[in-house]
Amino acid sequence: MVDTAVTLCGIRLDNPVMGASGCFGYGAEMAKLYDINRLGSFSFKGTTLHPRAGNPVPRVAETACGMLNAVGLQNPGVHAVIAEELPRMKTYFHKPVMANVSGFSLEEYVETCRLLDGEEQVGWLEVNVSCPNVELGGMSFGTEPALAARVTRAVKAVCRKPVLIKLSPNVTDIAAIARACEDAGADGLSLVNTFVGLRVDLGTRRPVLANTTGGLSGPAIFPLALHLVNKVYNAVRIPVVGMGGVQSARDVLEMMLAGATAVQVGAANLVEPYACLRMVEELPREMERLGIERLRDMTGGMKRWEGK
Amino acid sequence: MRQGLFTVLSNRPLARAVHEMRLAGDASAMAAAGQFVNVKVGNAYLRRPLSPADWDEGWLTLVYKAVGPGTAWLAERAQGETLDLLTGLGRGFDPGAAGERPLLVGGGAGLPPLFRLARELVALGKKPRLVMGFASGEDVFYEKAFKALLPVTVYTEDGRAGTRGRVTDDPPRAEDTFLYACGPLPMLRALSALPLPGQMSLEERMACGFGACMGCTIMTRSGPRRVCAEGPVFPKEELLW
Repeated sequence: MVDTAVTLCGIRLDNPVMGASGCFGYGAEMAKLYDINRLGSFSFKGTTLHPRAGNPVPRVAETACGMLNAVGLQNPGVHAVIAEELPRMKTYFHKPVMANVSGFSLEEYVETCRLLDGEEQVGWLEVNVSCPNVELGGMSFGTEPALAARVTRAVKAVCRKPVLIKLSPNVTDIAAIARACEDAGADGLSLVNTFVGLRVDLGTRRPVLANTTGGLSGPAIFPLALHLVNKVYNAVRIPVVGMGGVQSARDVLEMMLAGATAVQVGAANLVEPYACLRMVEELPREMERLGIERLRDMTGGMKRWEGK
Repeated sequence: MRQGLFTVLSNRPLARAVHEMRLAGDASAMAAAGQFVNVKVGNAYLRRPLSPADWDEGWLTLVYKAVGPGTAWLAERAQGETLDLLTGLGRGFDPGAAGERPLLVGGGAGLPPLFRLARELVALGKKPRLVMGFASGEDVFYEKAFKALLPVTVYTEDGRAGTRGRVTDDPPRAEDTFLYACGPLPMLRALSALPLPGQMSLEERMACGFGACMGCTIMTRSGPRRVCAEGPVFPKEELLW
C-alpha cells in the first residue's frame, strides 16, 4: 500500500490534490457528481469583504491548450459566505477547507481574513495578492515585495490559522516576493495565479474579453508554473502549494518533485468535472508504477544534472 | 448533470452552415426543453454549449451552426465516432407557465430548443404558434418539422423564403398568452417590449457550463445570475436591457 498523505502547514491531507479557487465554487457543483471528501481539500471561491458582481461578459475566451478568464472576483461577500455558503458546505464537505481571500485595501484583507479565521471549517487562509482581473488591489499587492510583506504581516497579526500567500507569475522576480512574504511571517505560499493574456476577435477587432485582458490557465501554463514553483521552493523554507495547468496524477508528481507540498487543480475541473477525483484515483497507481512509497517524500526531490 | 459518451448516428447539413447531429447515448439527465449539453470538441480546450432540438432516454439531436473551429470540427464527425458530453445542464423552459396559446419566437441558431418545447406544449394540449426568422432563405431549417406540430410564420431578411422582414415585424395577436423566445440578443431585446409574460433563453460564452467558474454571469433584476446554472432560460421580466 502506498501512502498518499501529505502535511500542509501542520494539517494532514489524505492526498495532495486540491480544487483551486475560482474553479471549484464552494464545492457544491462537484459534490453533486462525486464525494469531494475524496480530495485532500479545496480552496473556495475568492472572497472579498463586500459583495462583488464581477466583470461584464464575455468573461472567458478559448486559447490553445487553455483559456483566459476575467471573472473579476464575483462573490457574495464574506458575511454571506459565512452565513450561507459555509453552513451549506458543511453538509457535503467534512475536511478543513482553504479560504481564499482578496481585497482592495490592507484593511479589507485584514477584516476578511479575521472573519474567516474564526470559522471552524476553515483550515488555512489563502491570501490572493495576485488577481489580474480587477483594476485596483488584487495583483498590485503581489507585485512589490514590500507591499506583499505588509499584507502578510497585517493578516498574520489577526489570524491564528496558517496563512498562505497566493503569488502572481506576472512579476520580474517571484523569488524576491516569496522571500518577503516568508520574512513577514507567511506560513506557506501558493502559486501560480494566472498569466495575463489577450485575445482579439477578428470580426469586431475588439478584445474577446469585455475586460480586455484576462488570466491564462490550463495545460498551456504547466511548464511555466512548474518552473516558478521550483524557483520559489529553492528560495524559501515554508511549504509551497503548486498549481497551474495540472491535468493528471503525473503532473501532480512533477509539481511535487519541483517543490510542491500540495497541488491545486484549476481549469481542468471546468472541462472535466471529475478531473480531481480521477487524479486522486490515478495517484496510487502511478506511485506503484514509479516505486514511490510515501508521497510526501517527493516534495523537492527533483535531481540535478551534474554540474548544475 | 451527467458526463457520458455518445455515438454519432448521423451528421448532415440542413441549411447554410447548419447541421443536424443525432447521437446515441444516455440522455436521461435531460429534464426540460432549453436545457443544454456541453460538448468536448477535438481541437479546443473548452467545451461547446448547445441546446438539443430533441431527445429521449437513449438519444439526442443537436442542431448547430458551424461558426468557428470548434463547431466546424463537430460538422466533420462521421457516423460511429464518439463524443464526450455533459448533459442536463442549466434550467430550461417551463411549459406549464404558458397559457392556452403560447407564442414561440426563434431566430436562426436559437430555434433548436423551441422544437422540443413545441412538442412538450402540444403534448400538454396547448395551442402554440411559432414565428421563425433567418437572415436568408438559404438559412431556413426545420420548417417542415415545425409545421407538422404547430402553425408557423417564416421571416427572412432577404425575402427568399416566407415573408421579407424580421420576427419582430410579426403583428402581435390578441390571443397570444405567453412568449417563449430564443435567438440573438437584439431580437430578444426587441421582443422584451411585447406586453406578454414570457421566458427567454440567453446565449453566453461559458467555460464549465455547470456553475463552478462564474464565467457566464449576467446582471438581472434579482442580482448576478449564472447563465449556465440559473439560466439559460430566464423569466422575461428578470432580464435587464
